[in-house]
Amino acid sequence: MGKRTIVPFGPQHPALPEPIHLDLELEDEKVIRAVPSIGYVHRGLEKLVEQNDYQIMCYVMERVCGICSFGHSWGYAAAVEGLMDIEVPERAEHLRTIFHELSRIHSHLLWLGLLADAMGFESLFMHCWRLRESILDIFEKSTGGRVILSFTKIGGQFKDIPKESLAEIVIILENMRKELLVVTNVFLDDTSVKNRMCGVGKLSKEDIMKLGAIGPTARGSGVNNDARCLDLGKYKELGFKPILETDGDCYARCKVRVREIFQSIDIIIKDIENIPEGPVNIPVKGMPPMGDFIARIEQPRGEAFYYVKGNGTKYLDRARVRTPTNANIPILVKVLQGCYLNDVTMMVMTIDPCISCTER
Amino acid sequence: MYQLYGEINMGSFKIGGIVLSSAFKRPSTRLYPTVPRKWQDNTRGHVEIDPEQCILCGICSKKCPADALTVDKAARTWTIDRMSCVQCRSCVESCPKQCLVMKNEYTSPNAKKVIDTVNIPEKVKKEE
Amino acid sequence: MTRSHEVQEITEISYSDLLVKAKELAEGGYRAVQICATSKDGKTEMLYSFDKDFKMINYRVNVPSEMRVSSITGFFWSAFIFENEVHDLFGIEFTDLVLDYKGNFFKLSSKTPWKTEAKKEVQ
Repeated sequence: MGKRTIVPFGPQHPALPEPIHLDLELEDEKVIRAVPSIGYVHRGLEKLVEQNDYQIMCYVMERVCGICSFGHSWGYAAAVEGLMDIEVPERAEHLRTIFHELSRIHSHLLWLGLLADAMGFESLFMHCWRLRESILDIFEKSTGGRVILSFTKIGGQFKDIPKESLAEIVIILENMRKELLVVTNVFLDDTSVKNRMCGVGKLSKEDIMKLGAIGPTARGSGVNNDARCLDLGKYKELGFKPILETDGDCYARCKVRVREIFQSIDIIIKDIENIPEGPVNIPVKGMPPMGDFIARIEQPRGEAFYYVKGNGTKYLDRARVRTPTNANIPILVKVLQGCYLNDVTMMVMTIDPCISCTER
Repeated sequence: MYQLYGEINMGSFKIGGIVLSSAFKRPSTRLYPTVPRKWQDNTRGHVEIDPEQCILCGICSKKCPADALTVDKAARTWTIDRMSCVQCRSCVESCPKQCLVMKNEYTSPNAKKVIDTVNIPEKVKKEE
Repeated sequence: MTRSHEVQEITEISYSDLLVKAKELAEGGYRAVQICATSKDGKTEMLYSFDKDFKMINYRVNVPSEMRVSSITGFFWSAFIFENEVHDLFGIEFTDLVLDYKGNFFKLSSKTPWKTEAKKEVQ
C-alpha cells in the first residue's frame, strides 16, 4: 500500500493556458482521483442581459472567450434571429462560414503551439504561432480587430468584404499550406513527440458516450457529434464530412485537429469560389417576441449551445451559453484516473481547455 | 487531400529544415518600440467626435456596453474614458448625426486612466 | 432560404416526471447537453436538454417554491457540472447529488447572485 499525497495542480501552471485548479490524489506516482475546481475567471456575463439590449448583447457575447470569439457572436446572433424569425442573406451566411473556419484554423494552431510548449519543445511552439500570425493579420485587415472581430450583428454582417480581399485570403492560405505540412509533420512523425502522446490517455467509445464528451476529444475515439453535420451555415452545400479516428489516445486527438486544419483550408477556398453577390445584412426593427429559441454551433473545441428567451421588451430574459469545455470537464476527471503524474499535463492539454468559456 | 502527409520525409530530426533555414532569414518579429507598428486602414483603434455635429442626445452613452461614455447636457460636454472603451463601434453605428468616427491607432499605455472631455459648442442659429 | 437552424421543441413536463424521463433517456443512450435555469420575479424554471445522433430533446420544468429538485447525476454523471453551477448561482438545492461542492464550485463574493425576488404588488 503506497503513500497517498494530494498535489495541487493550478491555477497557475506553465502548461495551462487558463486557470483551472485540480486536486490530484496520488499514490506513489499514479493518480487515483482528480477533483476539478473552477471559478477564477467568472465574470457573470450572462447577467448583463438586464442592462444591455439584445443588439448590444452581441458585443458582450463575443468577449466570452478570445480564441473562439467569432463562434460566440454567430451562435448568439443565430439564436436571436431564430427567435425573431429573420432570414439572413446568402452572402452573409457564406461570410460567416468563411470566418468561422478561419477561426478554427487559428484556434487549432494555437493549441498545437501550446501542446509543444507543454512538452518543452519551444521552437516548435514559436513556429506554430508564427504561422498563426498570418491568420490574425487577415482578420485585422478585413474586419479591424485581431482577436475580437465585432463583425457579426443581428441580421447579418456589419460590412462587406470586397472581392480583392477574398482573393488575397486564398493566396495567403495557399502559401501557408506548404509550411503547415512541414510543421504538422513534426507532431505526427517525430519520435520524441510521438513517445509522449501514443498510448497515453486512452478513452474508449463507451466512456465518451456515457460521459457526454464532444468535439475533437470525442472524434478521436470514433464518436461523431460534430454539429456541422446539422443544417448550419453552408457546410451541407460544401459537402462536409467529419474527421474521425479510432485509437482514442492523445495521438489520435492530435491527428484529428491537424487534419481539421487542412480540411478547413479546403472548405474556405471552395466557399470563396462559390460565394454569391448580394447584400450582407438586413435591417432589424422591433423587439424580440415572447418565446425562446435554441441554436447549436460547432466551435473549434466542440458543440456550443445557445439559448435565448425573450419577453417582448428590448431586454432579453435570459441568454445562456453552454460551451464545449464545460461539457468536457467530466471526461477530464475520468481520463486522469490511473495515469502517471508526468502525463497529467498531456491529458489536460488534450481536451483543449478554454476555461474562460467554461465560466463566462 | 490527406495523402499529402507521406510526401515530405526528412529524417529523425523532423524540424531541422525549418530551424536551420530560419538561422539565415530575417527575424519574423519586430523590434518594437524602436520599429513602430504599421496600422491597417480598418483597425478599430479609438473613437473621435466632431463637436460641430453633436446634438447631445446621449444615445451613444446608452448603447455603450462598457459604460465608457458620459454625455452631460447641462455642461455641454462629451466625455470618454479611453481605458474602458473596448472599441466595439456601437456608438459610431448608433449616432443619429454620424459625428463619431473610429480612427485606427490604439490608445497608448499609461499609468493613469485617460479621460478625454470635449466641449460641444452652441449651435449658431442661421439668421434670415 | 429558411432560417438555418431547425426549431427545437421544448416539452413542458411536471417536476415529478423528471427522474422517470431521465432514466428512460439514459438507458436509450442519450447524453446530457445542458441544464439552464431562468429566474424571473421569484419563480424559477429549468431547461434540460438531451441529445442522441443529432436529435435533441428538451424539457422545461417549473421548480417548486421550496427550491428542491432531484438530481439526475444518478443517471448522467456528467451533469454534476451544470447542477453545481445552478446551485451556486440560483440557490436551488439538489438532492442526491453525486459530486457535491456544497456551494464552493464558483468563488462568488455574494451568495446566489442571480436569484430574483418576487415583485411586490404596486398599489
